[in-house]
Amino acid sequence: MAKRIDVSGLSAYYGSHLAIEDISMTVEPRSVTAFIGPSGCGKSTFLRTLNRMHEVTPGGRVEGKVLLDDENLYGANVDPVTVRRTVGMVFQRPNPFPTMSIFDNVAAGLKLNGSYKKSQLPDIVEKSLRGANLWNEVKDRLNKPGSGLSGGQQQRLCIARAIAVEPDVLLMDEPCSALDPISTLAIEDLIGELKERFTIVIVTHNMQQAARVSDRTAFFNLAAVGKPGKLIEIDETERIFSNPSVQATEDYISGRFG
Amino acid sequence: MSQAANTGIQERPAATASARPSSLSSRALPRWAPLAFAAVAIALGVGTGIAAGWQSRTQWGLVSALLFLVISYIATSVVENRRQAKDRLATSVVWVCFLLAVVPLASLLWTTVSHGAERLDGYFLTHSMAGVLGSEPTGGVYHALIGTLEQVGIATLISAPIGMLTAVYLVEYGKGALAKAVTFFVDVMTGIPSIVAGLFILSIMLMTKTQPSGLMGALALTILMIPVVVRSTEEMLKLVPNELREASLALGVPKWRTILKVVLPTAIGGITTGVMLAIARIAGETAPIMLLVFGSQLINANPFQGAQSSLPFYIWEQYKVGTDQSYDRAWAAALVLIAFVMILNLVARGIARWKAPKTGR
Repeated sequence: MAKRIDVSGLSAYYGSHLAIEDISMTVEPRSVTAFIGPSGCGKSTFLRTLNRMHEVTPGGRVEGKVLLDDENLYGANVDPVTVRRTVGMVFQRPNPFPTMSIFDNVAAGLKLNGSYKKSQLPDIVEKSLRGANLWNEVKDRLNKPGSGLSGGQQQRLCIARAIAVEPDVLLMDEPCSALDPISTLAIEDLIGELKERFTIVIVTHNMQQAARVSDRTAFFNLAAVGKPGKLIEIDETERIFSNPSVQATEDYISGRFG
Repeated sequence: MSQAANTGIQERPAATASARPSSLSSRALPRWAPLAFAAVAIALGVGTGIAAGWQSRTQWGLVSALLFLVISYIATSVVENRRQAKDRLATSVVWVCFLLAVVPLASLLWTTVSHGAERLDGYFLTHSMAGVLGSEPTGGVYHALIGTLEQVGIATLISAPIGMLTAVYLVEYGKGALAKAVTFFVDVMTGIPSIVAGLFILSIMLMTKTQPSGLMGALALTILMIPVVVRSTEEMLKLVPNELREASLALGVPKWRTILKVVLPTAIGGITTGVMLAIARIAGETAPIMLLVFGSQLINANPFQGAQSSLPFYIWEQYKVGTDQSYDRAWAAALVLIAFVMILNLVARGIARWKAPKTGR
């Protein structure tokens, strides 16, 4: 299920603007990898190149290779739609579909793709909601609209929606930045459980969060405003937070940045 | 703390910017003051009108409105301060404009209802003008109602899909020269006078030697309706948050399914309202009907062959006859037309409310 990601020499552009330059790294399966770094350094852009969402932005294009267990996502005959079914994504702001019920939101990936058996749906929805720690809160109101939930519940609903299609990799773009500490804790616990089954990559601005949830941490930085973002280093989270090999990482982590 | 400080700064009169008022509260007019100003202004306006011997009630009203603005500004600046007076002036202008817009509308509705209700009954709705002379009090609107329903129905069947698909193209796919050109021509088409659309179809009819029929009228109405549908649908699609599209794409849903199953359902309420408004706009068109459908006194339920009538055409026709009885029929038909458009609007609102994204818990 969970797959390894090998990135080599990856650059991403917005039109002619180079946003991230020459990034190479390996993301291990069944582990949590956190991306940290200042705003605008290209963490989210890089994350979006991992499931070909970057090219959805007008003018977005990518150079380089992303291998998912030896298969290049940017190969000639690769369909971005298939890639996104394999590599799921959770966004910064909870975005349940407003026209759908809680049940339909979770089942959306299957229903919209048309590849499902109706009799299986209730089981898949229950399993996904349990997986996202939301089942007990919503089991009595599955037919109510998803937008009626609280922010933290909505975000867990979005996670349930993402894992319902059984991806191999789950990308999370600052999933807790709009949430209160209790909902954040719920989602962090959830990440800990999900890494048994998925490869997880999480972008976060909260360094304590990176330290709490991740096994490996990557630090991104940019030389100056307008310059492309680069990967400074990636290592075991413990090493990054105790004894990083690059001075810039230590400066950023200890708050002496800039 | 900072809240209070802010209010203090705003409360400060502009003229004496250096002096901060010692207290946060100041002299204020009572809450019923605007009503009192309005009463005084109307009394003065009416008084002036009678004294000067003006015949027109419109003049009385305009003078009252102007007096209302002046009185409320002066009274507020004397009792309160300049800032409050400006605030009051802006509020008053909004109210006066609101009334200026609503009074003609209400008057129109009242006139139509009071004149039209007399002849509007089951007989009127179910009989045509076949063999009815202008001075006879019988006759009805059935043939025109059928004509309007069919012509507008055909026009909607053609232009709603074309307009909605064009809008989907412009918002979801279109970029570059083609999209710009389409947008430009849609804008130009919005301003086409209906008679020009009628002449365009007429020229085609003359070239192909086609006889007048409801279908030809419907084609001209289509030309008028498409740009309205495109514009309103475009605005509604733009309101759909991009996050929803991304959420769907990130689930591995192809773009066309994302548009069909996520974007359109989210916007469907607004799109329906837009289409209904477009229908309301073309239901009142007379010019293309005169040219292309020709008008008829008889029931012709076949829109593809032979002349038909329509409600606006019927109104014009009855008005031209010039007898008291035909005037009554024209008013009643006008009431039918207004009711038709209003029912459509109510249906659209119902659909919009029913389909709107739900927020309840």
